[in-house]
Amino acid sequence: MPVHEYDAVIVGAGGAGLFAALELGRQRDLRVAVLSKLYPTRSHTGAAQGGIGAALGNEEEDHWEWHMFDTVKGGDYLVDQDAAEILAREAIETIYDLEHYGLPFDRTPDGRIAQRRFGGHTHHFGQGPVRRACHAADRTGHMILQTLYQQCLRNNVHFFNEFQVVDLLLEDGVAAGVVAWEILTGELHVFHSRAVMFATGGWGRIFKVSSNAHTLTGDGAAICWRRGIPLEDMEFYQFHPTGIYRLGILMSEAARGEGAILRNRHGERFMERYSPNLLDLAPRDIIARAMITEIREGRGIDGKDYLHLDFTHLPRQVLDEKLPEITSFARTYLGVDPATQPVPVQPTAHYAMGGIPTDVWGRVIRDERNTPVPGLYAAGECACVSVHGANRLGTNSLVDILVFGRRAGRDMARYLKEAERVPVAHNPDSDVREELERLRNSTGGEKVGTIREELAACMMEWCGIFRNGPDLQRMLDKLGELRDRYARITLDDRGCKFNQDLLEAWELGCLLDVAEATVRSALNRTESRGAHMREDYPKRDDAQWLKHTLLYRDGRFAYKPVTITRFQPQERKY
Amino acid sequence: MKVHVRIKRFNPEKDRRPYWADYEVPTDPFDRVLDVLHYIKWNLDGTLALRRSCAHGICGSDAMLINGRNRLACKVLVKDLGNRITVEPLRGLPVIKDLVVDMEPFFAKYRHVMPWLVNDEPPPARERLQSPEERARIDDTTKCILCAVCTTACPIFWGNGEFLGPAALVAAHRFIFDSRDRAAAERLALLAERSGAFKCRTVFNCTDACPQGIEITKAIQELKRAIVLSRA
Repeated sequence: MPVHEYDAVIVGAGGAGLFAALELGRQRDLRVAVLSKLYPTRSHTGAAQGGIGAALGNEEEDHWEWHMFDTVKGGDYLVDQDAAEILAREAIETIYDLEHYGLPFDRTPDGRIAQRRFGGHTHHFGQGPVRRACHAADRTGHMILQTLYQQCLRNNVHFFNEFQVVDLLLEDGVAAGVVAWEILTGELHVFHSRAVMFATGGWGRIFKVSSNAHTLTGDGAAICWRRGIPLEDMEFYQFHPTGIYRLGILMSEAARGEGAILRNRHGERFMERYSPNLLDLAPRDIIARAMITEIREGRGIDGKDYLHLDFTHLPRQVLDEKLPEITSFARTYLGVDPATQPVPVQPTAHYAMGGIPTDVWGRVIRDERNTPVPGLYAAGECACVSVHGANRLGTNSLVDILVFGRRAGRDMARYLKEAERVPVAHNPDSDVREELERLRNSTGGEKVGTIREELAACMMEWCGIFRNGPDLQRMLDKLGELRDRYARITLDDRGCKFNQDLLEAWELGCLLDVAEATVRSALNRTESRGAHMREDYPKRDDAQWLKHTLLYRDGRFAYKPVTITRFQPQERKY
Repeated sequence: MKVHVRIKRFNPEKDRRPYWADYEVPTDPFDRVLDVLHYIKWNLDGTLALRRSCAHGICGSDAMLINGRNRLACKVLVKDLGNRITVEPLRGLPVIKDLVVDMEPFFAKYRHVMPWLVNDEPPPARERLQSPEERARIDDTTKCILCAVCTTACPIFWGNGEFLGPAALVAAHRFIFDSRDRAAAERLALLAERSGAFKCRTVFNCTDACPQGIEITKAIQELKRAIVLSRA
């Protein structure tokens, strides 16, 4: 079994992982490895379209306090306000950092970074939309990913491509490395390191209609959960209002930022009834619920389960220059030209607000007293700082990966100045080796694809945008059944090299874990807040529930208070 | 509708040479080829190996030869291919298993052209200024997703594995013409070498194949011109 020695091992090569790696790589004397289940440029950061929110004020007056307020209110006051303040303040310097690293932002006529409107981002604490999202056409995430990867190559970061991390090594509660599976050969490797960071992204694949890549299966969160780390606020999962009908591919909120309008079967701009102030630029949870309500009340297109996103009143130039990617998606996948025909859309599973709990330096914490796990870090969608609270604002996922990826890198560099190397146990890979052999050789006849499909369909039905106690209980029972069947799967491929059959089986185990954490947390929280809507408890209940959920794998719950600094909770209206 | 799918298969642990396997797949005209391959993988034969991730043409994982042309499996629909679909791995890179090829030679060429912004002047407190016109100069070549469709469609690359290939040249272009970059001379010197830009014979296969619609041949000609001018 090959053993690699590093100072820091970063799992995942999206924006958060790469920014942290770059911060460490620039130190020159540190050995840094990035392990990705893909090639780094395939990471899902590259799919982010619309922009990065930062109060640069290049286009009109803006202040970080307004951005912070929008973030807190958008998250339905479950946001930790110390973290939101850091997010909004440091977004600004982080954008300049990225620009200096070469990110090709779109420009204003005087050569500064161009900015546009986005859902939930306002001036004067909610008065009206503000131009805050910095962008590179609708390929902003692609440019982030490319720029950070390029600078990592320049700065001595070692990449292990197509290495699937399958376990975390904790020795007496201190991070000591990871076990990774080299997909090419099937061999297990041990990466022995003084610091470990998870930046493995989300788990949208627990839902049937999702904007997420096939590879987003919650690996990092599941691995940490199995090793005794709780998961925070897992009940809060965001559905993006505008996914392409049936496919779930995202039509960026930038579309509505540039003026596109949602319409029902009568051609009515229905958001006028739900959010008279922000209309189509209300936060995502509100629009997604409005859409489902329209559909339930028979106002979907042709009475079906979708609505129209209408660009036809916009000049063709806006589509070609500001929204070229999503214009091409509509043409490619639907045969629809958005300049002349409305695009069929439905809400699509998009983003996990919850995840591995961390402090504002990306340090993973293990309990409600914020006790850190020495040497263990997480950032990006797999983590929960919490800057998104109960509902994330558009662009803030990119802000999150950049600000907290960078901070995690900086804190790791500090930690590594003093941290000792912890020896690892004798056979650190024995647990996963056993699990993988069980999956490889099991003979019960169940299929991975079938179980995964049932999981995703049921989660959509019973744990989606609208939830209630009986449905959630049904889902929990279903998960029990799926787990039983998962123990009896049979693979077609029992080889070693590039065995994706086995890889998908292992990923399904992660999906089952994060789905279970989501359902248990959703059943437990008897109120409605942000993206978590309980039909049987339709009101927000600050007296009982203004607190973060921590769920351990043994089913035990703990609760953490919400940090409130500048903005007292108010009723959330747009 | 039912489509007939032929896939060039190869399992290094079992097969001495590649072979053709045939499948019948029920499809919808708007299904992607990736959906068809997933159907086979999840219902007919779980040993089929292929790379994929985002499934909408952004990540660049699922480049392959589909009905004789290099494309992304997630960006071509069944209705545009008819009821016979042939799928093979990309040409010019060693096959690992089925539709999975070794991407390392491709990325080594990318790394060779210094694909990162070089500007070691102290940065201003805010952004470096760049006019919309200067930004537009590199817009096309910043779209590259490194899927390798162009390089593995290039007959010069098939004949000479030393050739940097269109994708690496696109990466060089993106920085050489960026008004903020200061390493154009160094990169142009790399591209002037024997395996560089002048190996391109303007066959246009790259431009035809690029799923991002980048005018690659044009970008390469701009590089050739810049090399000549830099010598003058």
